[in-house]
Amino acid sequence: MRITQGTFSYLPELTDEEIAQQIQYALDNGWPLSVEFTDDPHPRNNYWDMWGLPMFDLLDAAGVLHEVNECRRAYPEHYIRINAYDARFGRQTTALSFIVNRPAEEPGFRLDRHEAADRQVRYTTHAYAADRPAGMRYAPPA
Amino acid sequence: MTATDSGHPAFGMRPPSESQPGQASHAGHAEPEKLELLPDDATVDLDSERRASGIDPLLTALDQDLIGLLPVKTRIREIAALLLVDGQRARFGLSASRPNLHMCFTGSPGTGKTTVALRMAELLKRLGYLARGHLVAVTRDDLVGQYVGHTAPKTREVIKRAMGGVLFIDEAYYLYRAENERDYGQEAIEILLQFMENQRDNLVVILAGYKDRMDTFFQSNPGMSSRIAHHIDFPDYPLDELTQIGELIVSDQGYRLSEPASQTFRDYLELRQAQPRFANARSVRNAVERARLRHANRLADSGARLSKDDLMRLEPEDFLASRVFTDGSPADSTRRGR
Repeated sequence: MRITQGTFSYLPELTDEEIAQQIQYALDNGWPLSVEFTDDPHPRNNYWDMWGLPMFDLLDAAGVLHEVNECRRAYPEHYIRINAYDARFGRQTTALSFIVNRPAEEPGFRLDRHEAADRQVRYTTHAYAADRPAGMRYAPPA
Repeated sequence: MTATDSGHPAFGMRPPSESQPGQASHAGHAEPEKLELLPDDATVDLDSERRASGIDPLLTALDQDLIGLLPVKTRIREIAALLLVDGQRARFGLSASRPNLHMCFTGSPGTGKTTVALRMAELLKRLGYLARGHLVAVTRDDLVGQYVGHTAPKTREVIKRAMGGVLFIDEAYYLYRAENERDYGQEAIEILLQFMENQRDNLVVILAGYKDRMDTFFQSNPGMSSRIAHHIDFPDYPLDELTQIGELIVSDQGYRLSEPASQTFRDYLELRQAQPRFANARSVRNAVERARLRHANRLADSGARLSKDDLMRLEPEDFLASRVFTDGSPADSTRRGR
């Protein structure tokens, strides 16, 4: 199950060239970018791990792309996303956020039904990947 | 953003037949604007390409604005020609490795190293070698951290800021301190080397500093020396060129030297040149700045009505008041930046 999230969730995977163009668009708008990664695929997982600090004062996409590639090298089987912040409103507003890396195998989610009192049913999405400990959820391809 | 056959904007989506979502399609699709290779018997017009790239005004400006520096200008022209020819070779599919353009500028202070670096950045941008063509000027402080683990992120951050442009490291020899082997400078050098090798497409590094100290620096860092293709030496300006520079600065600021003042100015430069801590063009600029001060003071004291010419003309006494003439000892004057 291919998990989608963020600005270009409706598109197929972006190539590195397209990613560089999106980064350049953000930089031209004066938005600092940051790289984040996680291996918890749950849609409500908002707090991803930061790959280094947000990058301020950059002019060229090559710098950000370099960090993306460094992160891919360290975590090839994690989800990696790029966030662009727009600080115009006096607060950190995410202007652009999209996934640039994903595990080769994404097992998807199981639907749990929890039967509560009075025939109520509560639903939970449970990621199969989350059964394994963090950091080992997506095995490297053999 | 391309339009689909139906006339609606496609929002960057490809037709479904081309690639299915879910498949990682990193294979890369052919860009429509990708130039087709020229046939073997075609010819290219280097002159028109040259005009199109817009480097000629830049090179002319370099010739006019910078006095002297002949070896430097020659090397810049060579680099420009190489990149131009490389661009044309690529159109025939003749691939050559991307030229290594890391440089080292050596020379005394005030010989125009920073100025040339700025213009080099712009030139490389026009030639399509660099994407942005900005200059990030740093010194040891900007690269080397203060405690263990501080240097690497700091250096990387500076390098990332310079990507797409030129990283200009002034007084680069301070990065390496031979007397302290636990100095963090070595770490900065190693990261720098790594980026110089791997990010050659996006980054040009220019090291600058005094000749003798840079030589020592390269002796202790042979890896750095071999990764720098262009070692350009900036010669000291002879008296004639200093005078020309002075006249250029004077006229740029909307002043002019009276006939006797030109001679006095020349005498001043001759004396100043012989003194220690002479910083070439920078000293000339400072001399003009101080002459302007005295000129303004002279006019303010005179109390007479002034013509436009009075406001522009520098007289010998504006220079003669300098301590270079009176006591000849620069001991106290250097401290105040004379």
